[in-house]
Amino acid sequence: MLLFCPFCGPRDETEFHYLGEPKARPEPAAEVTDAAWAEYLYVNANPRGEAREIWLHRTCMDVLVMTRDTATNATLSVESSRPA
Amino acid sequence: MSGFRLPTGGAIDRGRPLAFTFDGAPYLGAAGDSIASALLANGVRIVGRSFKHHRPRGVWGAWTEDPNAIVDVTRGGLTTPNLRAAVESLENDLAVRSVNAWPSAADDRSAVIDSFARFMPSGFYYKTFVWPRWETFEPMVRAMAGLGRLDPRNRPPADNPHVNAHCDMLVVGAGAAGLAAANAAARAGRTVILVDDHADIGGQLAHRGGTIDGGDWRAFADGVRAAVVAAGGRVMTSTTAFGVYDGNLVCAWERRAQLPDALWRIWPKRIVAAAGAIERPLVVPDNDRPGVMSADAALVYLRRHAVLVGRRIAVATNNDSAYAAAEALAEAGAAVEIFDSRADVPATTLKVTPSVVVEAVEGRSGVTAVKAGGRTHAADVLLLSGGWTPTVHLFMQARGKLRWDERVAALVPAAAIEGLRVAGAANGAFTLDAALREGHAAGGGEGPAPNAPPGLYRVTPVWPAPDAPGRRWIDFQSDVTLKDVALAAREGYASVEHLKRYTTLGMATDQGKTSSVNGLAALAAVAGRGIEEIGTTTYRPPFTPVPMTVVGGRRRGQLMNPLKRLPLEADHRADGAQMREYGGWLRPAWYGPDDSDLAIQREAKRARETVALFDGSSLGKIEVIGPDADKLVDFHSYNRLSTLGVGKIRYGFMLSEAGTVFDDGVTLRLAPDRFLVSCSSGHADAVAMRLEVWRQDRFDPRRVVVHDATAHWATLTLSGPRARDLVAALDLGVALDDAALPHMAFATGRFAGAPLRVARVSFTGDRSYEMSVPASRARSLRERIVAALPAFGGGLMGSEALMILRAEKGYVVVGKDTDGATMPHDLGVLGPRAQRKDEYIGKRSLFLPAAEDPDRKQLVGLAVEPGEQPLPTGAHVVEDAGQGRRSLGYVTSSYRSPTLERPIALGLVAGGAARIGQTLAVYHLGAVRRARIVSPVAFDPEGGRLHGGRADA
Ligand SMILES: [Zn+2]
Repeated sequence: MLLFCPFCGPRDETEFHYLGEPKARPEPAAEVTDAAWAEYLYVNANPRGEAREIWLHRTCMDVLVMTRDTATNATLSVESSRPA
Repeated sequence: MSGFRLPTGGAIDRGRPLAFTFDGAPYLGAAGDSIASALLANGVRIVGRSFKHHRPRGVWGAWTEDPNAIVDVTRGGLTTPNLRAAVESLENDLAVRSVNAWPSAADDRSAVIDSFARFMPSGFYYKTFVWPRWETFEPMVRAMAGLGRLDPRNRPPADNPHVNAHCDMLVVGAGAAGLAAANAAARAGRTVILVDDHADIGGQLAHRGGTIDGGDWRAFADGVRAAVVAAGGRVMTSTTAFGVYDGNLVCAWERRAQLPDALWRIWPKRIVAAAGAIERPLVVPDNDRPGVMSADAALVYLRRHAVLVGRRIAVATNNDSAYAAAEALAEAGAAVEIFDSRADVPATTLKVTPSVVVEAVEGRSGVTAVKAGGRTHAADVLLLSGGWTPTVHLFMQARGKLRWDERVAALVPAAAIEGLRVAGAANGAFTLDAALREGHAAGGGEGPAPNAPPGLYRVTPVWPAPDAPGRRWIDFQSDVTLKDVALAAREGYASVEHLKRYTTLGMATDQGKTSSVNGLAALAAVAGRGIEEIGTTTYRPPFTPVPMTVVGGRRRGQLMNPLKRLPLEADHRADGAQMREYGGWLRPAWYGPDDSDLAIQREAKRARETVALFDGSSLGKIEVIGPDADKLVDFHSYNRLSTLGVGKIRYGFMLSEAGTVFDDGVTLRLAPDRFLVSCSSGHADAVAMRLEVWRQDRFDPRRVVVHDATAHWATLTLSGPRARDLVAALDLGVALDDAALPHMAFATGRFAGAPLRVARVSFTGDRSYEMSVPASRARSLRERIVAALPAFGGGLMGSEALMILRAEKGYVVVGKDTDGATMPHDLGVLGPRAQRKDEYIGKRSLFLPAAEDPDRKQLVGLAVEPGEQPLPTGAHVVEDAGQGRRSLGYVTSSYRSPTLERPIALGLVAGGAARIGQTLAVYHLGAVRRARIVSPVAFDPEGGRLHGGRADA
């Protein structure tokens, strides 16, 4: 599988590390219900088709937000997680 | 004897004879022969035995589709199993053996099995699994099953390169369509990779010939080759594109002369799949007799290898393509007679009987006669042409769909796939002019396509009725007959995927290249449905067997999962270190050639008595730098680190977001804006990654950076009562009195012109000094220490002794003394959970109901009587529960302590802290022992030795 890094271009999947789905971390801890925290930890959309995913390109260590098709493994778009 | 070599013609070199043996008998072939062509030239008819029934089999095909001629080849004393004789080039001094036969293919003692064929119907293996007892049959079935014999001495070197390549267009197959596609693309300036699994280009043209653009096809092919190279592409022969993967990655296996095979990973913008088509058999009775062969294959053997496969050849066909083969064979001197199932037959000079099918084939060990039209015709070879099956494997691997094209009696691609086009015979275009037009279009060609005289291909399939008499083979290699398919369908296996698994149709090493359509037609007939409706089984890579050595490439042995190496490895080895892997690092386990237990015990004891040198270079050393460094390390760590003073050290945990202990380690504050996060050797990469990910996610990346300096520094640790004396003797210019350098503080200095850091941290419970220098200075520092050791009665210590020392102190190794559920309070570290108000990784999870469960597994010590053996690591602490036992936890670390002169152990036990003082049962492999739950700290519970040593007195 070929993935894309906005800095390094198309690269082999072995250079990347999957980090999970984009989620807002619920906090502060004292105000977060057990259920909301458990959802943050364990509940994922895991869609078939278009999915938003966080990846790390381990070659340049940039954290990326990818939109991929999980059925075809095609990368639809990719951007750095950091503001320009 | 039937086949023989012609005195002239063919692409062989008669001046270079090659000697080889087959099943022990000597033969001669010629350069340019395949093993199969050489066997045919020598009149060898039986080349193997079928998998299930041990039926004698001859060569059917001339290339990768041949299901029968599977051989073990011994070359230079080393045997490679399961090579395909039709594909493998002949070499001098090869010893070739048939598989699945003993002592030889011609005289196979298991052949009697065929007499019991009615006892081995479809689903035989499934049925014997359940009735009467699989164990009874298993030894017999296993002994007879399988093909070639593995040669344990044949361990090829890991020297197969993997090559990545990019191109505008990949063209698979250099036949007419592939050549036309490559030609169009290259002349438009595109980079083209043109691959073909044969040693030369041309495909069917190479044995059928053809006229393109008014000249011999070879002139056209030479022009294509030149155009591809001129446009920056390459033509790769002896290269099999065997699989297409996500993103249209195509993997290809290249066989190279005098060089190891290579695996190509080709990333094309577009793929043209022009892999041609394969002739299929007619499903006539006894169609598996040796001497029954593909008509096209007979033409290949004639034109490429100058082998005439028989002297009296019967040809049975349902289509036009066999006529060219029949005429060529007749011209070469054979007596040829054609039996065509159609009434309307092409014009030919040969004798043709229309509207007949073969009714029987005689000759148990080789064709002697063919019965057709109610009459017996003498023949030594029967050629069958049941039509052509497009090679759509790449298209189907890429999830294409097929439709049945009645016009050519073939399953052809139904709709285009993004980035992949199928052209030529693979698309059902079975004439030269049509293949050229399709290839030209697929290559993006403008203007007229390369021109060839108009061709004609007509076929009228004859599918036998499911209850047709006689034994009619569909899959030669898996031994599946028409009756087997009919039986499976009657037993309810009507789906093609079920049929495949139940009958093993298409499951052999040829993956059904000659059998799939005949099998589908049979199933369709039984089910009363159309072939298209039945559908095909899933196509998966590889197209043809690819050696595992090629797939594995160089990633074998040490390169499979490369170990990290210490800068001082050579020095350790010179001192007799036994190196072992710990967390991905190769580290000294103990020193000395003697019994490991003795050496380890001696090293651990000496470390408590005097001083020991330990190489701690593999510990993670990750710098967090910048004005917001304190914010990042605080969030990342369970223990607050921003309150740490410069020059000081703090031990703590890193948690997962689930609140479990991810790793532990000490952090040094090098400067107000600079921390050094240390972690376990095996976790350095992961900790550096976590820090980096959270840095970008949560912090201003301009105000904090993460730098993994693990490999830059070597760390040598001296531990023991004499440690300070020894460090003092090294004369490092660092003040060592405890006021200047107390426990959990560090000092900096210079060593050999480079920075030096001396840290007082301890993983042994004894006074310890960790001296870190750049890796380039490691040897100088070690040499100075080793020279000083004897004066203090000290010695070298490996990882195993260190493990004893830390276990004596109850210090955990994360991942060994913790499991995937262990939280910091399970290890007795409660402070941050109770006190920290700010956010940190895993915080909220520490307050979930599960975190409060009183039955959580907690770290404890386990004590047994001094004379006993240590408890087995992994043994379960159990309590009685009704009729059985319930596990309360398990032993995580267990050693014999040379200092305490008794076994010690750590474990995780449910509610363990409250059980201290209890004696519990410990169960392991059927044996039950008793152990007392004690504090994890077995040695020096007051901790006085951290500050001990003679100089303190
Ligand atoms: Zn990158």
